[in-house]
Amino acid sequence: MPSLSPKVLPTADVTPAQLEHGHSPWHDAWARLRKNKLAVAGGIALLALTLLCICGPWFSQTYQDQNLDLGATPPGAAHWLGTDTLGRDLFARILYGGRISLMVGLVATFVALTIGVTYGAIAGFLGGKTDRVMMRIVDIMYALPFTIFVILLMVFMKEPSEKLDAWLRNTVHLEGMQGAGNMVLLFAAIGAVEWLTMSRIVRGQVLSVKKMEFIEAAHSLGYGRRRIIFRHIIPNILGPIIVYATLTVPAVMLLEAFLSFLGLGVQPPMSSWGALIKDGAEKMEEFWWLLVFPGSVFSLTLFSLNFLGDGLRDALDVRASKD
Amino acid sequence: MADPILELTDVQTHFPIYSGFVRKRLVGTVKAVDGVTLAVERGEVLGLVGESGCGKSTLARTIMQLVPLTGGTVVLNGKNLAANSATEMRETRRGMQMVFQDPYASLNPRMTVFATLAEPLLVHRVCPAAEVPARVARLMETVGLAPRFVQKYPHEFSGGQRQRIAIARALALEPKIIIADEPVSALDVSIQAQILNLLAQLCRSMGLSLIFIAHDLSVVKHISDRVAVMYLGKIVELGTAEDVIDRPRHPYTRALVSAIPTPNPDVERARQRLVLPGDPPSPIDPPAGCAFHPRCPYAQEKCKLAVPPLIADGPNREVACVRLGEI
Repeated sequence: MPSLSPKVLPTADVTPAQLEHGHSPWHDAWARLRKNKLAVAGGIALLALTLLCICGPWFSQTYQDQNLDLGATPPGAAHWLGTDTLGRDLFARILYGGRISLMVGLVATFVALTIGVTYGAIAGFLGGKTDRVMMRIVDIMYALPFTIFVILLMVFMKEPSEKLDAWLRNTVHLEGMQGAGNMVLLFAAIGAVEWLTMSRIVRGQVLSVKKMEFIEAAHSLGYGRRRIIFRHIIPNILGPIIVYATLTVPAVMLLEAFLSFLGLGVQPPMSSWGALIKDGAEKMEEFWWLLVFPGSVFSLTLFSLNFLGDGLRDALDVRASKD
Repeated sequence: MADPILELTDVQTHFPIYSGFVRKRLVGTVKAVDGVTLAVERGEVLGLVGESGCGKSTLARTIMQLVPLTGGTVVLNGKNLAANSATEMRETRRGMQMVFQDPYASLNPRMTVFATLAEPLLVHRVCPAAEVPARVARLMETVGLAPRFVQKYPHEFSGGQRQRIAIARALALEPKIIIADEPVSALDVSIQAQILNLLAQLCRSMGLSLIFIAHDLSVVKHISDRVAVMYLGKIVELGTAEDVIDRPRHPYTRALVSAIPTPNPDVERARQRLVLPGDPPSPIDPPAGCAFHPRCPYAQEKCKLAVPPLIADGPNREVACVRLGEI
């Protein structure tokens, strides 16, 4: 189907120069967001951290280079943030751990978003018995204790995940990707839990939007269900979805930290922020820097995400938009 | 009834009410529309009036198939809508379109005017894709909007302009009949006349039929050929606009007509108003017999006995009142 927004409208009556372009609601929301200093600062901090985590390791030691003679050294000129008890550079480990933590945060949120939005939108749109059955399934999954669910998943999926690892090592020769099977498990486990709330939020939003007159108009214009859900309903509930997504990322990163803390997440010598904080917490009485630096970076990220999320909520709020 | 475009026969729309937490029990039925028989001719403007909650909007949504039909038939252009399959239904539905009450809610806020007007053209392949922009520009001109606003969003327009966009969208599929559900009640009085005149002029120039729903008789009289008066899901009086408004027969219509304010203060002061006691009864549990009898100044015992049918009263005139000859 051709685009609904041609760049110019070639008719005899209107030349492109005469055409008046409007501001979309997204454009207005962006303008409001830019005025929110905290949200902008959060966004910039996140961008900087992400870039640092992606590019930093190119210039530093790797997470597993160790110097046992060195042992734990406090922050200094050679090792900016000090080293851990095995003589590994803490700054390098934080950058590598950040790659894992940020990736888990983004990928697991994306998984939760995709499943949750589709599921919730279908349940809300169809309504009636379908809705009731679908939401009872969500209720049942809510009731499962998360840790037990993850432990079960890890146990049952151990073999496939090891096979994936072996395949990566032997067939594709991606040595650096070892532990990927475990990562996929982590995404699956966290995504499988986080989509529940998302689907509830989306269902509620769909219920309120589908009663609006422009949806009735879409029905009377004879549009199909898929078009109505994906082109008319979902674009109008994207605001709450985006906001919830930005608040899900920190929640997911905390979950990953919790799982790593339990030894179910990232396995050594790899690390994540959660794993680093766990190590640091065990040794904080002697080697304070092992806790303080990973902890500050993690907190900074969570703060930034929350400020950005709050800013987005204010910017995208329909009630705040000019009418 | 020479050549009706839309025929309603004994149309009923009932909404069941369920109660109970685990096991749902049927505790009652809202008879929002309860046996409406009506025909709209080609090119005719039919006004539909009645107070809030009498079922006018539900009737409109039932005709548009937005709520399921409980009983009766809706025949559009000779085709029974209930007999259609889903795909045929979408095709037939092109023949009728609706203009909604609130232009602030009836346009998708995330779509430009172009997207709103082009979408029906593209979905139903009304014309080759290359002709869509020209077609959109023509639609905008038809409803009195400058085509240069085509890339703007609904929130950048006034209420009246938005209602024009909504009318253009309804016209996109070249319907035979438009159902306008209180299209001006959300607008400023100064804008109302513009929209009314636009609708009237479109019907004349394009030969469209129009069902115009309102709760304001003076608006209806301005635009309609015929007027139907609804009370509690039923039509109680039907006739030409002059007959119904200048010579109302049913007591309910009389009360409605007596409530029309007149611009002349001397006449207005002397005006005798027929004020109805009480509120309209609940459509869940309508009164026995004539649903109007508890509020009717002329009610007698016989009014409680049977539901009065619509009886012909002269040419082009039907009234549902037992005491028609007596009052």
